[in-house]
Amino acid sequence: MTMLLKIEDLHIEISEKEILHGVNLEINKGEVHVLMGRNGSGKSTLSNTLMGHPAYKVSSGSITFDGQVINNLKPNERAKLGLFLGFQYPLSIPGVTVANFLRQANKALRGDSTSPRDFRKLLYEKMDDLEIDHAFATRYINDGFSGGEKKRMEILQMAMLEPKFVILDEPDSGLDIDSLKLVANSINRYKEKNPHVGILLVTHYQRILDYIKPDKVHVFVEGNVVESGGPELALELEKKGYDWLTVREEEKRQLVEDKR
Amino acid sequence: MSTELNQEYQYGFHDVENYTFKSGRGLTIDLVTKMSKMKKEPQWMTEFRLKALDTFFKKPMPKWGNTELLKEIDFENIFYYVKPTENQGKTWDEVPKEIKNTFDRLGIPEAERKFLAGVSAQYESEVIYHSLREDLKKLGVIFLDMDSGLREYPEIVKKYFATIIPPEDNKFAALNSAVWSGGSFIYVPPHTNVEIPLQAYFRINTENMGQFERTLIIADEGSSVHYIEGCTAPTYSSDSLHSAVVELLALKGAKIRYTTIQNWSKNVFNLVTKRAVAHEDAVVEWLDGNMGSKLTMKYPSIYLVGERAHGEVVSVALASGKDQHQDAGAKIVHAAPNTTSVIISKSISRNGGRASYRGLLKVHKGATNVKSTVKCDALMLDEHSRSDTYPTMEIAEKDVRIEHEATVSKIEDEKLFYLMSRGISEEQAKLMIVNGFMEVFVKELPMEYAVELNRLIELEMEGSIG
Repeated sequence: MTMLLKIEDLHIEISEKEILHGVNLEINKGEVHVLMGRNGSGKSTLSNTLMGHPAYKVSSGSITFDGQVINNLKPNERAKLGLFLGFQYPLSIPGVTVANFLRQANKALRGDSTSPRDFRKLLYEKMDDLEIDHAFATRYINDGFSGGEKKRMEILQMAMLEPKFVILDEPDSGLDIDSLKLVANSINRYKEKNPHVGILLVTHYQRILDYIKPDKVHVFVEGNVVESGGPELALELEKKGYDWLTVREEEKRQLVEDKR
Repeated sequence: MSTELNQEYQYGFHDVENYTFKSGRGLTIDLVTKMSKMKKEPQWMTEFRLKALDTFFKKPMPKWGNTELLKEIDFENIFYYVKPTENQGKTWDEVPKEIKNTFDRLGIPEAERKFLAGVSAQYESEVIYHSLREDLKKLGVIFLDMDSGLREYPEIVKKYFATIIPPEDNKFAALNSAVWSGGSFIYVPPHTNVEIPLQAYFRINTENMGQFERTLIIADEGSSVHYIEGCTAPTYSSDSLHSAVVELLALKGAKIRYTTIQNWSKNVFNLVTKRAVAHEDAVVEWLDGNMGSKLTMKYPSIYLVGERAHGEVVSVALASGKDQHQDAGAKIVHAAPNTTSVIISKSISRNGGRASYRGLLKVHKGATNVKSTVKCDALMLDEHSRSDTYPTMEIAEKDVRIEHEATVSKIEDEKLFYLMSRGISEEQAKLMIVNGFMEVFVKELPMEYAVELNRLIELEMEGSIG
């Protein structure tokens, strides 16, 4: 096993307010980790931070990717190292077509190697996998797309750009069961083709885990990992909810305060 | 040939002057008379010019637009008529060498071979090269420079000239009417479609030059034509003036599309009057791209006078730098029932540039079931830049449907983050967003022009980070 991503004692601030309080996480090549937690627990903050969102400041700690500390790298530099973030709320860019966008991204990541014809062929293949109509190639990115279409478009981008490490921020939210299967199958297919890829899957629900088998499950409460385990942890959360963990964290904090 | 390349503006070179005739500075009755005589014009045109000159002297400066900048124009310091060569070239080889070099550098002969049905190149006051494909000539399509048009088709010119834009319209229309030279005269016979574009290219070379071309396009019943114009000038330390008048007439069921890519250097006052009349079932479209100039004041207008006529004005403006002001817009008048119109205005301001939208939408009483959409979007790339909107609506009829939408935006960090997360650099991401913003205009252009325009935007945007 080789380490792909190592997060050490990571503290993150937004507008001088600390959101993440010393996160530790290690993900090896070929592993699928799932990050679960309530809304507002800091899951998306971690996702955006890993990709280098300018609003999230690392106040201490470090992110090491493939042996390199990436704390100060710009998003595009991280992408070049092989990181990818599938957005929870993908943005629309009017006037920029899906094909043009992906071609520019491909060019930026790998230089201009593929001919436009080969590129289009590849794009159509991947679109077929996700049952995305070819007409989407000439539509403007996410402009007027439904929620499900946007999510599939994120997975399409992953498949096209071939990252080494994939962060998927709630790829399952708002999807009906058919779309969920398509998305999950596509993730699995990508993993089969790239057995060394590391995946950090952020989700609320255990539902997607019926299709994607995680190696580890972590639970986020109030800006930190409070529990880690195998796939069974997700099932336990499904049954018991998050309350017991929240209560446990509250008790721990109380204990610390009492000792003082 | 001397060249003086300006770093930022790629057409900023100028040629050594070697002219057949160059008027003195300033505007006089004597000059106008002499000019008309040199052009061997009929009496009515000489009289028209002199009357217009009188109007010009009497008219006040416009009270709209950038009145401060307008004050800087020194009408006494301008060369009103410069004739670069004795004869107009029929083949490219006949064009004088210095001038030919200029247009070679601008890519005109190449463009002609590739994708134009006809091309006209105007250097200073006169059209120096002109051609039209043989097949179009046989169909009866007339595409001449305006001076030749007046000589060869005096009755058509007399019938329509200045009927759409009379000299009394505004001070600059009067000025053009007095000293006009060059421009295009186009007539398309009934039910004739000119499938590939006709183009004119305008180039100012002399410092303090005034270029006053005059264009008249008549599309007869059921015909269609697409006309494209491009403009460049050298970068001098003192200003030049470009003041054109363009009149379009689309008869019953005809279609005219008029595309402008204005890329004057940033010391040219670009004060242009453009107006079209659309008859029953006719379609007129102005595609107006303003990239250059110091001050542009231009509001292409369409009078929808026949039932079911449709008018469209799509304009983009890029105001870049604190000395640049693009005051552009549109004017549409619905004077008949069941007429429809669309105005789309996109402006970008950066580095202290100012972009204004000025528009008028008018519906006459009795023009029932009118539909119109007005959409103005402004993109500001930094805090020092400025964007204003001056929309006016005069609606005298109840049975109308009008949509109006205006947005002002900046490049959002979230969008940049999204694009950058895919490996695209910040500079490239900004450019993609800007190009995307302009796409509604660019996608309407023939491919070669779209590529050229994107390249221009790219040049303008270079070093915009920070």
